[in-house]
Amino acid sequence: MGNRNAAEKKLQKKNDEEVMELAIQAGHILLENGAEIFRVEETMNRICRYYDVQSGSHFVLSNGIFATAGNSQERFFAKVQHIPVSGTHLDKVAAVNQLSREIEEGKYTVREAMDELERIKAMPEKRKSIQMMASGIGSAAFCCLFGGNALDSLVAFGAGLILYAYVLFISGPYLSKIVGNVGGSTLVTIICAFFHIMGVGEHLNFMIIGSIMPLIPGVAFTNAIRDVADGDYISGAVRMLDALLIFFCIAIGVGLGIAIVNGITGGVGL
Amino acid sequence: MIIQLAAAMMGTIAFSVLFGVPAVYYFYCGLIGCAGWGVYLAASSVLGAAASALAATMVVIFLSRLAAVWKQCPVTIFLIAGIFPLVPGAGVYWTAYYIVTDQLWMAVETGYAAVKTAVAIVLGIVFIFEIPQGFFLALCGHRRKMGRSGKK
Repeated sequence: MGNRNAAEKKLQKKNDEEVMELAIQAGHILLENGAEIFRVEETMNRICRYYDVQSGSHFVLSNGIFATAGNSQERFFAKVQHIPVSGTHLDKVAAVNQLSREIEEGKYTVREAMDELERIKAMPEKRKSIQMMASGIGSAAFCCLFGGNALDSLVAFGAGLILYAYVLFISGPYLSKIVGNVGGSTLVTIICAFFHIMGVGEHLNFMIIGSIMPLIPGVAFTNAIRDVADGDYISGAVRMLDALLIFFCIAIGVGLGIAIVNGITGGVGL
Repeated sequence: MIIQLAAAMMGTIAFSVLFGVPAVYYFYCGLIGCAGWGVYLAASSVLGAAASALAATMVVIFLSRLAAVWKQCPVTIFLIAGIFPLVPGAGVYWTAYYIVTDQLWMAVETGYAAVKTAVAIVLGIVFIFEIPQGFFLALCGHRRKMGRSGKK
């Protein structure tokens, strides 16, 4: 009798650890790809509750997860995971959300859920050419939206395309956030000014406004507000700082670009 | 007007591609962005820029939450791209432009306007997220029971 109890207990110990690991992995993917703190915590709690780890407790910051479990019945478990913020991949957020829904419907064992998470993690990114196209089209559309005409939009399309090539191949892998964003907006300003001086495109301002849009930190800004509204002040403040920093860098970059063009041309065309 | 709305839709869809929104939701993101900009345009003929941004943000968030409940997926997916046309990117540009061209007073004015718009967006987001989830569930015809039974 005593033996069987011990065996059962051992099984549960193992299981608890796996459940906690599963919850942390799910939280990791969510946090990394642009989910808000509240969703991360809730998903982790749901997973723990469904697999019957009563003592699971999670503390999530904008770039880290602290998870512990353990009480008189359950074994102790603790893990801290640092999660550097990478890009935004909302498809992964949606997939994990769907998974947690299906876990609650009882469709997965812990092992299967773990495999599914691995699959989500390995979901391919959009091809770089498609991302560049999207950036170009977005720039053109926003240029038009703010009042540019067709030719302006065409230039914005080109500038947005080149900007994203820069983001993907130079700024992303090699440069820090500050230098990357200042450089990107300077680049865009100079490209637009060049075309404007060559006589292509009528409204330089709208061209530049359209093509800096892909740099604007919309995700950080919106998530910051939502975190603060949910009461997650630390994460909200960090994300808001991130957003403000990027806004500031873009402004500096544009200013720098205009100053450079002014210096070269002596103020013609601006 | 129609061109503007089409541009808002295209822009929103382009940004949802950049943020990796699943392809099935592109169209809804576009519609939400389009609706937001439409409200902004309509409101700005009567109200100031900040008030218009507030109204437009509230519409964007409301539709996003509705779509999220309807399609059973995170609201973030619809919200982030949809709100993009309203984020004061232009304000950032003008502020930088006036600073560099030594028009300090104009820079202060446009910078202040950009901050006001940002605050309006914040308020819009916060207000609409106060509406309880049950309201959206009811609106979509989900019975509340369904949500409960999933949780047990």
